[in-house]
Amino acid sequence: MNAPPAAAAPVSAGDPAAGGPAARGSGPDGRWTPYACLAPFFVLFLAFGLFPLLYTGWAALHRVELTSPTRMEWVGLRNFSRLAVDEFFWNALRNTVTIGLLSTVPQLLAALGIAHLLHHRLRGSTFFRVVVLTPYATSVAAATLVFVLLFGRDHGMVNWLLGLAGIDPVDWQNGRWSSQVAVSTIVVWRWTGYNALIYLAALQSVPPELYESAELDGASRWRQFVHVTVPSLRPTILFTCVVATIGATQLFGEPLLFNGGAGATGGADHQFQTLGLYLYEQGWVNFHLGRAAAVAWTMFLLLALLALAAGLAVRLSRARSAAREGGR
Amino acid sequence: MKLKQTAGRQHHAGPVTYVLLGLAALVSLFPLYWNLVAASHTGERVVEAPAPLLPGPRLFENLTFAWNQVDMGEALVNTTIVAGLVAVSTVVFSTLAGFAFAKLPFRGRNVLLALVVATMTIPPQLSVIPLYQIITDLGWVDQLQSVVLPSLVAAFGVFFMRQYLLEALPIELIEAARVDGAHSLRIIWHVVFPVARPAMAVLGMLIFVQAWNDFFWPFIALTPDGNPTLQVALAGLGSGNHTINQAIVLTGALISTVPLLLVFALLGKHIVGGITSGAVKS
Repeated sequence: MNAPPAAAAPVSAGDPAAGGPAARGSGPDGRWTPYACLAPFFVLFLAFGLFPLLYTGWAALHRVELTSPTRMEWVGLRNFSRLAVDEFFWNALRNTVTIGLLSTVPQLLAALGIAHLLHHRLRGSTFFRVVVLTPYATSVAAATLVFVLLFGRDHGMVNWLLGLAGIDPVDWQNGRWSSQVAVSTIVVWRWTGYNALIYLAALQSVPPELYESAELDGASRWRQFVHVTVPSLRPTILFTCVVATIGATQLFGEPLLFNGGAGATGGADHQFQTLGLYLYEQGWVNFHLGRAAAVAWTMFLLLALLALAAGLAVRLSRARSAAREGGR
Repeated sequence: MKLKQTAGRQHHAGPVTYVLLGLAALVSLFPLYWNLVAASHTGERVVEAPAPLLPGPRLFENLTFAWNQVDMGEALVNTTIVAGLVAVSTVVFSTLAGFAFAKLPFRGRNVLLALVVATMTIPPQLSVIPLYQIITDLGWVDQLQSVVLPSLVAAFGVFFMRQYLLEALPIELIEAARVDGAHSLRIIWHVVFPVARPAMAVLGMLIFVQAWNDFFWPFIALTPDGNPTLQVALAGLGSGNHTINQAIVLTGALISTVPLLLVFALLGKHIVGGITSGAVKS
């Protein structure tokens, strides 16, 4: 990763013909170039990324009402302790986890399968790749509004299909599990193709020699998949897991619009209210911006914990493959 | 981008592969097709069992109604402005910063790069409350700049351009230009940007799609009846702000989706190439 500067420096230092300081970018003009290149990004990032992140933590320690959002009254950790005793907070946390699992696991498994199919030598491979990516180009709002109708209890296409198979109509809006499955379906639909293409890129960079030697050893296609493909894809699988998990923790538009005109409750019994939706309800329906900030920071801490866990998982898997390499 | 090296090892697809891929294509496209179907019927017909499977005669009337009564036209213009500004600025600033991270040695580089990578994971929920305080203070609710300004840069873009320039831009090219006496601005304009152009195009398309479909913050900063983007206007339709029928709601969805689908039909190949180029994966 650090190869270019390390390699460039000694060359130009030992070779006056290369232009000395100017070539190293440390002349009167070059010295400030890196900082000038970075400045626009970092100024905007500090103003609209880092500052709001920290200030949200500050706001979480205050009583802030939507009616006068700039008046802040210090309350210490009260916003957090209020969350801890609010059953709807815990409900939203549980729903975020279950909807997260219901959307992430099928999404990544299906993506792996589609990537495997796309990895064949195909007629119309570009067509298939573009087509599986089209849901990614569809917005959350548009997709959800379509799926609300497809999942309609009395008139929806999904229940009609189930009816053909002899299954009774499901109330996709009001059941706890059925509504969570329906919301997750929207996420799965939008993101599977995108992940499939990322897996495809990883599949294409697996060295062919690995398959050749596996074939020489008489390994079946399935054994090749399990023993060559999956281990080679491990870093990519981890990456997509992280991205999908981050996406799942901030789910908002799907559960909001799946509720039709009924607002940010996530269903009559809050059966599909996620943390993102709960945050919005606290801040913009109940007018408690301070408490919404506390929800935001709780989400942040949860993500940090997950990131830590993912980091550990990477270390473990690296250590394990290193041990295997050593054993050979 | 480096595809097809392993083409020799790929198995030829059998009929089962085609059937399964056909199924995946069907599932991917059907909701979009049905969106068109629903937008071409009356509101009553859309919610009647069994749901219509073929397009009806009402598409033009529904489009006219959505355009005139719900003002999807204004929302379309707003969205184009927002997504265009965000894409251009993100691409330019990401290329500059990505170039610095990839090719220029400077103090604190690794720490700053780690900071950029770490911030890719911060959800938007963590910034909406201070941003909302700021825009209400400035009287910017329902003004497009409240949506544009916070999105002018993206950590993902910086990382994406750095990964590309690391391999695509030979250090000798920069050194040669310096020997010729070119100053930094000239080098960036005449050496870095031309080399970076393919990646800039892909990043621009990805960011444009993302900005076009952005929902959470625009939904807070803009109102459906004020000065909305398409997604905010759609949310207004879907949550019953207007007493209109489901066919009109889905006509709105259609209007918001079709422009991007056209972009995909024309440039999808390049977007696919960008995602599979490996810059996106770890």
